[in-house]
Amino acid sequence: MPASAATLTALRARIADLSGDAQARAVLPFGVADLDRRLPQGGLALGCLHEVAGGAGGAVDGAAAACFAAGIAARLPGQVLWCVTRADLFAPGLAQAGLPPGRVIHVEAGDEASVLACMEEGLRHGGLSAVVAEVGRLSMTASRRLHLAAKGTGTTGIALRRWRAVAEAADFGQPTASMTRWQVSEIPSAALPVPGLGRARWRVALVRARAGEPFDLELEACDGTGHLGLPADVADRPAAAGRRYAFM
Amino acid sequence: MARVISVCLPMWPIDRLRRAGDTPSCDDGPLILAGRTSNRRVITAACARARSLGLGPGMPVSKAQALVPDLRVLQADPRGDLAALERLALWLMQRFAPIVAVDPPEGVVIDATGTDHLHGGEAAMLDAILGRLTLSGITATIAMADTWGAAHALARHAGAVTIAPPGTAREALAPLPLAALRLPPATVAGLADMGFQTVGDLMAVPRAPLTRRFGPEVTRRLDQALGLSGEPIDPLRPADLATSRRAFAEPIAATETIARQIGRLVGDLCAQLESRGMGARRLDLICWRVDSAAQPVRVGLAAPQRDPARLTRLLCDKIPSIDPGFGIEIMTLTATLAEPLAPRQRATLLEPEAPDVTGLIDVLANRVGAAAVFRIAPVASEVPERSVARVAPLSAIPEGWPDHWPRPARLLPRPEPIETMALLPDQAPHWIAWRGSRHRVARADGPERIFGEWWKREAETRAVRDYFRVEDESGRRFWIFRQGDGEDASTGSHRWFLHGVFG
Repeated sequence: MPASAATLTALRARIADLSGDAQARAVLPFGVADLDRRLPQGGLALGCLHEVAGGAGGAVDGAAAACFAAGIAARLPGQVLWCVTRADLFAPGLAQAGLPPGRVIHVEAGDEASVLACMEEGLRHGGLSAVVAEVGRLSMTASRRLHLAAKGTGTTGIALRRWRAVAEAADFGQPTASMTRWQVSEIPSAALPVPGLGRARWRVALVRARAGEPFDLELEACDGTGHLGLPADVADRPAAAGRRYAFM
Repeated sequence: MARVISVCLPMWPIDRLRRAGDTPSCDDGPLILAGRTSNRRVITAACARARSLGLGPGMPVSKAQALVPDLRVLQADPRGDLAALERLALWLMQRFAPIVAVDPPEGVVIDATGTDHLHGGEAAMLDAILGRLTLSGITATIAMADTWGAAHALARHAGAVTIAPPGTAREALAPLPLAALRLPPATVAGLADMGFQTVGDLMAVPRAPLTRRFGPEVTRRLDQALGLSGEPIDPLRPADLATSRRAFAEPIAATETIARQIGRLVGDLCAQLESRGMGARRLDLICWRVDSAAQPVRVGLAAPQRDPARLTRLLCDKIPSIDPGFGIEIMTLTATLAEPLAPRQRATLLEPEAPDVTGLIDVLANRVGAAAVFRIAPVASEVPERSVARVAPLSAIPEGWPDHWPRPARLLPRPEPIETMALLPDQAPHWIAWRGSRHRVARADGPERIFGEWWKREAETRAVRDYFRVEDESGRRFWIFRQGDGEDASTGSHRWFLHGVFG
C-alpha cells in the first residue's frame, strides 16, 4: 500500500520535527540482521544517550553490560572515555571485547555526581567517539543534559547502570531521556562436545526505545572485534526468536 | 586558617658542595667551611664527622686546625648557598605549592594552605617533601603549623617531622627554648639572664615590662608565631618565569569580574609564552586579598599549551574555590612550569587530523585530580593484578596483552575467599559459594596454572595459582583459582578464591 506508506513517512517526519530530532541520525548496525531489523533506522542511533544494565546478579557487577558497551564502543572509530567510581574494570577483558588499551581513557571519579559531570564534559568535547559512565541513579534532568550534550557533538554516550545491591536495581524502571535502554543478562551457553566453555551467551533485551518496540534476543557475546553473534541453534530455528510471542 | 610548612636544612652549605660533586664524601676526613667575621676566620659549617669531633659553627679555624690535624678546610660561599637555596625553593614550588619563599640562611618556607589534599594529606605531603630531599642527599627537618613563626620554630627545635594540628600553635610552642623565636642572640641572652627559659615562660608574663626592657621585637615575634599578627610570605618569582600581574583600583569580588580579569591575565601570559616559544605545563594564579591573605589556584596541563581560550577555561573552572573575602586587589598569574612548544603540522591532505583530546584531559584532571585520569598499559607479568599499570593519559601505549586465555571484564580489587567442593588435584569445583549465594557449576574450563614471580618476592618462589573459568546454571561466569597445585602443600594453602567476573 504505497499511499499509506507515504502517509506514515510524512507523519514520522512531523513527529520527528515536534520532538526536535529532525536531522537524520547516523546509526551503527550491530551486524546481526535479526537485531538490526527491529531497531528504528536499522541500528543503534549515534550521538545519543543509551542505557545498558545487567540483569539479576549482573546488576551489581555489570560485567556483561560492560562487555556489551565495550563492543559498541569498539566498533566506533576513535578514543573512548570510561568513567567509573569503583575501579574494578579489567583492561585485558575489555581488550578481548575489542577495545584495546590504547583507545580508552579511564577516569576514576570519587562519586556519581562527578562521574556524570565527567561524562558530560566528555560528550561536549566532541573529539571522542563514545563516552561510557558507570552510574547507579540517573535522574531525568541528568539524562536530559547528557542527551543534549551528546546530540550537540555527535558523540555517543552509554550510561552503564550499575547498583550496589540487586534491590536497588528497581531504579531502572524510572523514566530517563535516553534513546534506548538495554538489559544484558547471561544465560547458559551451548554445551560443547568436549569438556570446556564455549562462547558466552547473553539475553539482550531492548527494554525501551524511542520510536521502537521492545524485544529480546538470545545472542552470543562480543568477539574480539566487538561484534555480537547469532547462535546457530537460534538462527536455524524455523520460528525465530522474535516471533515466539505470537504463538504463546 | 593558613597552614605553613617550614623546611630547615641544617647542613645546607656542605650538602650543596657534596651534591655539586667536586667534594669527596665525609668518609675521607672531617670537613669544615671557613668564613670571615670582622677579622677572624671562623667555621661557618661543619660536616657530621667534624661535629662529632667537637667542631661547630663559630669556632675559630686556627683552633679547629689545632684540635684536628687532618681537617679539610674549604672557603664558604654564602652567595652561592643563597642562589642554590633559591633554586631548591623554585623546585619545591614547581612540585608542591604555588607560594614558596626562601628563609635564609638555611630554610625554605611554603604556604601549604589548601594544597595538602593534592598530595594525600598533610602527613603524606611532608613525607613526600622530606623523602625527595633525603633521596637527593640533603639533610632536612620539616614542620607544619598555622604560622610561619611556629613552623620555623618546630622545624628547628622539635623532631624531624612535626605537624601541629590547626589551632594548637600555643601548646606546641610552649616547651620550646627561647632561641626558637627568631630573636637576636643578645635579646635571647638577656631574657635568659632574667630567668626565662622556654617560650611558655614568655607567654605567661605581662607584656608591657618586656617591651620596655627589650623593645617591641620580643612581643612582635611572639605574636607572629601565635598568629596574632600577620606575616605574609612573599612568593619567590624568578625573573625567567613568564608572569603577568594586575592590580585593581577597587577590590573585586564578583565571579564575572574575576573571570574577566583571568581572561586578561591569560592573554598577557600567552603573549609572553609565544615570544619565548614555550607552552605552560603548570599555572599558578594568586589572588591577593585586601587583608593581605593569598588565595592560590594551581592548574596542571597534560601537554604544553598556550591557547588563551583553553587556559582561561581551566582557570575559570576553579573560581568557586577562590574566597574573595572583602575583595581581591592584586592578581598574578605565573607559568610555573613551561616547556618548549613549537608549531607543528597537525594534518596532511593524505591523513585526516586525529581529534585532539588534551583539552579534555586537562579539564578532567583539574576537576577530579591528575591521578584519577589515566590509561592502562600492559605490563609483562602473568599475575593478573600485576599485568596492568596506570600511566599518564597522553603516554604511548604498547600493543595489548597476549590473547591466549580469556580474561574477565571485572577483576575484584583483591581475591575473595569462596567455599567450594572440588576433587584434587586438578578438577574444577562442583559448586562454589560466594558472598552468601551458592552457584552450582554447570561447565568449567581449566586449570590455567600461573606461577609466582620468584624474582620479585622470596615468598613466591614456589607459589602456584590454578585458575578455572566456571559457568553456573544460570550462565554467569566466574574466574576462580586455587592457591597451590593441589598436591604439594608448599605451593599454597589450597584454599579457593574468586578473582573476577566474566561478561
